[in-house]
Amino acid sequence: MALLTIEDLRVEYRTSRGVTRAVDGVNLEVHEGEVLGLVGESGCGKTTLGRAIIRVLPRNAGIAGGRILFDGTDLAALPEPEMARYRWREIAMVPQAAMDSLDPVYRLGDQFHEVLTITGRLARAAARARALELCDLVGLDRRRLAAYPHELSGGMRQRAAIALALALSPRLILADEPVTALDVVVQHHILRRLRQLRAELSLSVVLVTHDISVIAQTCDRMAVMYAGKIVEVGRTVDVFARPQHPYTMGLQNSFPNLLRPQEMLIPIEGAPPDLLTPPPGCRFAPRCPFAVDRCPVDSPALRELTPGRWAACHRAEEADVLRLHAREAQRWRVPVL
Amino acid sequence: MARPGAVMASRAAAPRIDGSLVVAEAVQKYFPIRRGLFGRGAGDYLRGVDGVSFAIPGGTSLGIAGESGCGKTTLARLLLRLLTPTAGRIVFAGVDLGTLDGAALLGFRRQAQLMVQNPYEAINPRFTIGRALMEPLIIHRIGAGEDRLDRVIAALTQVNLHPAEAFLDKFPHQLSGGQLQRVGLARALMVDPIFLVADEPVSMLDVSVRAGVLNLMKAIARSRQLTTVYISHDLSLVRYVCDTTMIMYLGTVAEIGPTDAVLAHPKHPYTQLLVAAAPVPDPTYPVPEIAAPEQVPTPIGPAHGCPFKDRCPHVMPVCHTTTPPLVFVGPKHQAACHLYEPTH
Repeated sequence: MALLTIEDLRVEYRTSRGVTRAVDGVNLEVHEGEVLGLVGESGCGKTTLGRAIIRVLPRNAGIAGGRILFDGTDLAALPEPEMARYRWREIAMVPQAAMDSLDPVYRLGDQFHEVLTITGRLARAAARARALELCDLVGLDRRRLAAYPHELSGGMRQRAAIALALALSPRLILADEPVTALDVVVQHHILRRLRQLRAELSLSVVLVTHDISVIAQTCDRMAVMYAGKIVEVGRTVDVFARPQHPYTMGLQNSFPNLLRPQEMLIPIEGAPPDLLTPPPGCRFAPRCPFAVDRCPVDSPALRELTPGRWAACHRAEEADVLRLHAREAQRWRVPVL
Repeated sequence: MARPGAVMASRAAAPRIDGSLVVAEAVQKYFPIRRGLFGRGAGDYLRGVDGVSFAIPGGTSLGIAGESGCGKTTLARLLLRLLTPTAGRIVFAGVDLGTLDGAALLGFRRQAQLMVQNPYEAINPRFTIGRALMEPLIIHRIGAGEDRLDRVIAALTQVNLHPAEAFLDKFPHQLSGGQLQRVGLARALMVDPIFLVADEPVSMLDVSVRAGVLNLMKAIARSRQLTTVYISHDLSLVRYVCDTTMIMYLGTVAEIGPTDAVLAHPKHPYTQLLVAAAPVPDPTYPVPEIAAPEQVPTPIGPAHGCPFKDRCPHVMPVCHTTTPPLVFVGPKHQAACHLYEPTH
């Protein structure tokens, strides 16, 4: 059952050089009680997509089309005061660099209090009790409520930011790079807690990250984004076992695995296109080892290949063969060193 | 002591008997802690690096890994004499780094180079790429005129920036992160060093371009017989690039040995913790249960016993009283843990 359905969403930035479409015709569903990973490289639009859902885009950005159906309501069409009722209560965000998103001049407890009493339904004592409960939920020492953010370690601040997001029991959490810049042990504990919370609170989580190993260990389903478009969607185990899009294959090739050190890493040569002047056809075609004549001219649609498995590639039907070739470095035009 | 050119001369001279280019002997770096607004506290200090000994055989790569604050970056700076040890010494090609000054120090600076994490901070934004690469040649008075330009073009070509001429007049902001990090590597290579320290060289780069930079660094190190040190928090990267791996904890060496031994069969409970916690890009791999507390104690004030005792699942009474020495747990493989002492 889809809690969130995004249809043909387009988000544009007005820049001094022109208009860029950072999110360009995205279709995506977030199911109830799942962790959906949104993975891609810097500039692919994954953060913009997350921020568009809760409508906290930068001043020079705006939704240019499409629908964001949350439990049947189109958030993209809501006037701002109504949208404000969805934030924190229905959808909450753990922003990128959440470690630095806490207000440095207020004690943690005061920041919890502010969020908890925003609805006006919770009295001071009840808010206090809820703050303690939230600390327990994310594994933050209750005594830390008396601390200022600078007195907390990175991991504790991250937990505090997650606790704040959970404060009003939202149904959807948008977590943007929630463990980037944290040490692996802290990362491990926070991601595991996030997965447990999903089950305990039947939360849906959209986890935005550049790290496919974080996706592998945390997400039920994953969506791969490239140059403003979703190129592949599926259950995480399926996407890892049988990637259908050459970009996903390339990401797998280039990612080191602590358990399989002997594998030669193969980079994806080149760089993503400038979104001010995107190429007319498939945006990955200039870097794709399997591009054929139609790829640079004809933009592939995101198609459902088998139930729940989507890919935007003209050659998706040949993926089984392409996957074998994808392990050959020379296919990727890698310079001989 | 060290005369001008002493280090340069040693380049041609025979390496140390054991073949090590760099040897750290009980290296210690304490930082005094300032208390309040006025002056220093009563002799409190932070143990950045606390008695570290190891040797790097010439032409090999050493990976130094550990959590933030473990002292790995401080150690990198000590190895390059950007910091001087509080105690102990670092011997480079048979010469104590602490004795270098004047021309000898400049000679060392030519032989040992640094590659930093953020390429946008590494290259002067007002310099063109050509100018930035020329700079080390000017400082070290290498070549002149046309010859310098040829060297710059050769360096750009070597790091796979083609055509090299197209990059000469570009400014750093016109390059992608991956391209600029290649420029950072090219600049380090301009002076033909024999020792390269790379501090988190790819952690700012996108995944798809990281592999290209790592492969390039591996290939160049091999072809030039470079001795390299990689500082990284990412064990999978260390596993991919380094011959030897050293795990640091609170300024000390927890474990050191051949990379495959240390990371595939870790002995020290801390290395075991790091390996278990490291995320793996494989959804079928079961996420292990980890009991150890995530909080690292602060390395301030005097040390008692094993630095890892507060987080260790195997802690014993002796761990609270005695600091474990490094003991051999396999061929060339050492761990500082009481579990492996012959008496236990």
